[in-house]
Amino acid sequence: MFKRLFSLVLVGALAAAFFPLFAAIGDRADTSSLAGRYLDEGPEALGSANLVTSVIVTYRGLDTLGEVTVLFAASAGIGLVFSRMQPSPATRRTSTNHPPSELVVTGAGLLLPLITLFGIFIFVHGHLTPGGGFQGGVIVASGVLLAFLSGTLKELSHGLLAALELCAGAGYVAVGLLGLWLAGGFLDPRFLPTGEIGALFSGGAIPIIYTLIGIKVGAELSGVIDAMRQRRVSP
Amino acid sequence: MTLILLITFGVMMIVAALVALYSRDIVSAIIASGVVSLLASILYVLFGAPDVAMTEAAIGSALTTVVFLFAWSRIRGIASQDDSTDGEVR
Repeated sequence: MFKRLFSLVLVGALAAAFFPLFAAIGDRADTSSLAGRYLDEGPEALGSANLVTSVIVTYRGLDTLGEVTVLFAASAGIGLVFSRMQPSPATRRTSTNHPPSELVVTGAGLLLPLITLFGIFIFVHGHLTPGGGFQGGVIVASGVLLAFLSGTLKELSHGLLAALELCAGAGYVAVGLLGLWLAGGFLDPRFLPTGEIGALFSGGAIPIIYTLIGIKVGAELSGVIDAMRQRRVSP
Repeated sequence: MTLILLITFGVMMIVAALVALYSRDIVSAIIASGVVSLLASILYVLFGAPDVAMTEAAIGSALTTVVFLFAWSRIRGIASQDDSTDGEVR
């Protein structure tokens, strides 16, 4: 009883602490000087129509590289833990082995190409529309999940996943280094022509970086899903 | 109008979070916590942050829910295995 009362008080205190943040949600007319500079100079300097993307990939590019590294470490950890939990013969016998339902199989046939295409669209158009490498990669991975659930995909080649991840990660750093040598600094995308705002080939190397991040995130999360799912063993 | 939507979705989020906390059925609790994320992503769209909304919808409500469901099904699998083999240590 006392414990519950204490947690209620704690929730109330948190709500009171964050209420000023919520009350000020309407008036965000003034920006800090740094944000103002990004807003003023960002579109012209980088040629990227989606300003959020130019901040994530260019101005805060190093942070994004760190984020990708964290995700890699997390997925490697999950792979390590679950590789030791291979199903024993006992699990093989007891594991529930329902075939996927007709509804899932038919729906997957219709939806899989659309989901994959949508994911690829999200990360290729990261500099034009909301979204980018992380979101697109997760959507592609959810397509892989649907393929597993419907039985369209039985096994996922770990060699292929590792190769995709390796190439994308190394490519990301290589693009960053190209920026260091040919343009203003590490992860500066302006060593390619920035082009016209709103065109598919614009924003310098931003689409390349986001495509690489998309491939990497998609491969990592597909690996996580593959490691965690209950193996469908044929009886 | 935005305020009404904000209050509606906020109340729904709190209800879903309470369901996630107090539900007896683990699967319903997992789904309810996914609903919290989904409603949060709708709020992000309302306040003009589609990038964050997309991340929240894809990771918070889709992937996390799936990972939790997988984890729960594996825990159940291990439990039933222990029952059937009298706690054989692997």
